[in-house]
Amino acid sequence: MTLATEPHKLDAVIDTSRDIPECQSWLNPFRDAGREAFNRLGWPDRRNESWRFTNLDALKATNFVSAVDDADISANTVGGFAIPELDDVTLVFVNGRFREDLSDAPDKLANKLGTNVTCCRLTEAICQHRESIEPFIGKLTADPDDVFTALSNASVEDGVFIRVPRGVTVDTPVHILSIATETDEPVATHPRNVIVAEEGAHVTVLEHYVTTSDDAVYLNNAVTEVFADAEAVVHHYLLEKESESAFNVSSLFAHLAEHADVHSHTVLLGGKLVRNNVLPTLAGPRAHCLINGLYVGHGDQHLDNAMRVNHAAPDCDSRQFYKGILNDQSRGVFTGRIIVDQVAQRTDAVQSNRNMLLSDDARVNARPQLEIYADDVKCTHGCTTGAVDPENVFYFMSRGLSEDVARAMLIYAFAAEGFGRMELAPVRQLLAAEMIAKLPKAQGLSIEV
Amino acid sequence: MTTPLLDIKNLHVRLEDDPAVEILHGVDLRIMPGEVHSIMGPNGSGKSTLAQVLAGKEDYEITEGTIAFQGEDITELGPDERANAGLFLAFQYPVEIPGVSAMQFLKAAVNAKRVAEGKDELDAAQLLKHFREKATQINVPYEMLKRNVNEGFSGGEKKRFEIFQMAVLGSVLGILDETDSGLDIDALRIVSEGVNSMRSADHGFLLITHYNRLLEYIVPDHVHILVKGKIVKSGGKEVAHELEQTGYAPFGVHEPVGA
Repeated sequence: MTLATEPHKLDAVIDTSRDIPECQSWLNPFRDAGREAFNRLGWPDRRNESWRFTNLDALKATNFVSAVDDADISANTVGGFAIPELDDVTLVFVNGRFREDLSDAPDKLANKLGTNVTCCRLTEAICQHRESIEPFIGKLTADPDDVFTALSNASVEDGVFIRVPRGVTVDTPVHILSIATETDEPVATHPRNVIVAEEGAHVTVLEHYVTTSDDAVYLNNAVTEVFADAEAVVHHYLLEKESESAFNVSSLFAHLAEHADVHSHTVLLGGKLVRNNVLPTLAGPRAHCLINGLYVGHGDQHLDNAMRVNHAAPDCDSRQFYKGILNDQSRGVFTGRIIVDQVAQRTDAVQSNRNMLLSDDARVNARPQLEIYADDVKCTHGCTTGAVDPENVFYFMSRGLSEDVARAMLIYAFAAEGFGRMELAPVRQLLAAEMIAKLPKAQGLSIEV
Repeated sequence: MTTPLLDIKNLHVRLEDDPAVEILHGVDLRIMPGEVHSIMGPNGSGKSTLAQVLAGKEDYEITEGTIAFQGEDITELGPDERANAGLFLAFQYPVEIPGVSAMQFLKAAVNAKRVAEGKDELDAAQLLKHFREKATQINVPYEMLKRNVNEGFSGGEKKRFEIFQMAVLGSVLGILDETDSGLDIDALRIVSEGVNSMRSADHGFLLITHYNRLLEYIVPDHVHILVKGKIVKSGGKEVAHELEQTGYAPFGVHEPVGA
């Protein structure tokens, strides 16, 4: 089924993956439109403003295939990726394929989340709860201007569907654990999650990308659609610790109705090339959106963060706080686009991007992009890039801490503000530990958060 | 014979980035265990430079002379090694570090010193007990430890926290760099009581100050006047009183000494 011209190229994967069960066929027009969009848009190059600082040559040159067989992975290995002390429900995907044998059973989900909450794999929802998912899936990605979104539309495979009914608060976070293993050929997967919080509902979802090998080459092209109805509260975490040979494109689309509250927390630690898109639309009055992120690069990692916050209703607040810590030859990109529609009077938008460079060769490109069409708007943005302050290092050393520990503590301190915004303490602790483990010569430094 | 806590001989110091600028031109100073010394000097005399050089700041280069701490030459040691040997600098302007709690900072510092001394690290319970004892001794609210290092501290709180750190680390020599600057009388009194509570036959202090106000609360055994990078006069505490009357005018500098 591969195309004759470009066998094994990524666009061929779209065709080879079209062995779709009949019960999913109602989505085929959407998939077809995605394929058309993909072909129309084509791979971006540097002339594409959105991809100006991110070179996709290595990705384009990789021959990706769809996952074929279930990977051999032990429950022990999977258990090692649990978030310590977090009382959650976990749905496990390995190389993009849902693993019922490794996931929490449906009765546990019902028990923890409540029987009136839907939480299942996406294909189950497509096949068995069409009336529930059809009003939502693809609605925020239907007209893609980015090729990866088009690719995702064309390739909807699996993922998680969560629907929390009106007025229901779900206390237990849903942990979507995506594990990548080393495969014979690089695998491309296109996970899609659809999260629906009805009026006044509360839910927390963690997307967690990990690997069993830093040599594993693959692409995770993930799309999550969040629908927060009036007064709903959705907390979304993206914890990205992919293989340092892998590609990850994660796109969070969110639609916020009146007085909805969406928190997006992102921590990028792994990956060879990562593109993190956060794309909320504040569509109802008095909606609030927090966009909190940290990217920690070393080696030759490339971590690209593209925000597009669309204020489409009056009296909304958005808060963007992104920090980068970059070592070795790693590179960070931060694009903070804020679009304030003409109707969005009394918008209050804040954007801050701060970067700490730990080496002479680390680089960051940061750019705010404000498009303001309303006249009564408060919109502030700021961007800084610097090194660890030698005065602070001296202060810590003068209390007996070695230079390495002093620097590690100060780097951690720089990041701590972002961790402080995360509501889940076990997630804060895990991320802090993983960040510290990534810092040069910080072994033995223990920090409580 | 008792070994001096600190023995500075013919210390010449210049800026590392600008070698043409020599700041200290041959300073001699010996502090014996149990002694409190004060170095007084006008602005630009080099007194803060001396404090920073003693603590091991890298911005300065020692071109001549030696610094011995408890009989060991420390001129080649880093700031952390000096601190772990028992030398403490109370900063004139302690830096604020949002993101690290005072507790975490001091736990790490106490255990770094213990490791340097070849001792076992203290566990959390032992550390907390130690902190509580010292907080009582120095009159520091224990709650201060839960805040981030110096973040949002008032001038007085910062200086009290500095003295508290010295007590917690058990340093034997405290160099107080203009600890009195920016303090009101109440804060000055509390800070001074903390210092006085640490005075003992083993401990020494070097009080660096522009004014004699601090010396009314922490009475020194010896006072030295530093002008233009040289000690121009040494004596007992009466030197500070004389200075209060004359100012630095007899030394060619026209600045008041009273606060």
